[in-house]
Amino acid sequence: MTRKRPEPMQVVKQRRDAALNALVSGVPYIRFLGITFDRRGDELTGVLNFDDKLIGNPFLPAIHGGVTAAFLEVTAVITLSWSHLFERIESGDLAPEDILNGETVRFPKTIDFTIDYLRSGLPRDAYARATISRAGRRYASVRVEAWQDHHDKLYAQGSGHFLMPQDPTPAG
Amino acid sequence: MNDKAKFARQFIQAIPHAKALGLDLTHIGQGEAEITMPYNADLVGDPRTGVIHGGAVSAMMDTCCGAAVMSHPAAPGGTATIDLRIDYMRAATPGQSITTRATCYHITRNVAFVRAVATDDDTDRPVATAAGSFTVEGR
Repeated sequence: MTRKRPEPMQVVKQRRDAALNALVSGVPYIRFLGITFDRRGDELTGVLNFDDKLIGNPFLPAIHGGVTAAFLEVTAVITLSWSHLFERIESGDLAPEDILNGETVRFPKTIDFTIDYLRSGLPRDAYARATISRAGRRYASVRVEAWQDHHDKLYAQGSGHFLMPQDPTPAG
Repeated sequence: MNDKAKFARQFIQAIPHAKALGLDLTHIGQGEAEITMPYNADLVGDPRTGVIHGGAVSAMMDTCCGAAVMSHPAAPGGTATIDLRIDYMRAATPGQSITTRATCYHITRNVAFVRAVATDDDTDRPVATAAGSFTVEGR
């Protein structure tokens, strides 16, 4: 039996990075907060790049609780969208430039989101990873963990429910 | 304005991220706070629709809940969020400012309990609601 020859590594990387970049950099609020994403295969890590405007308590100082909430939610939505679109990106059905412009691409909508604050956010970069507990046809449940210096010392965790985009039913 | 309300207002105005969001504290006192966030293209979550990102609404609600705790007559000083749950009812209408009203409805020596509602110009249909618990800290 003949097996299809694997694509050259650069082709795979270029396609995935371009798609991820389109998904993330097109959103003004993600740029406003200075959030970027590291990718290893299909695994994403959100990075909250520290800036003085993210401070909530200037006397400690500490990262604003609302910034942490937003960082966890952004990581959850991007991870869920990435996982939802991954097959279409890989098959070439979805071009990077169509991700934020195409009429056919819709994003999950947050239904609810809960944040536990475990430690105060130090004035430095933070990292977050989301786990999709269940991705159903209509609803998805996602958990997120965020840390700063040590991965095993979480500074916040969150969980939320999302309404998945419904593919438009073909006319006729 | 009493001392506590003045303290809370100064505290909010000294928060760099509240300034970055353009938050305006329009009412404070007796465990209640109201904050308005003007529409800002930098806070958009979906560039195709111009709808404000839920995260920005969360940040505003967290700030407003904290202000409500600090303004409660039984709160000695500062506070920090223990947990916050946000429910999103609908997208905020693009171009309109969003207003959050938070109430600290119960407070113990250690914990304050808060509820909040966010609306845009259509005040009958909430954009989001929040419920949270906050620490009670000395000044």
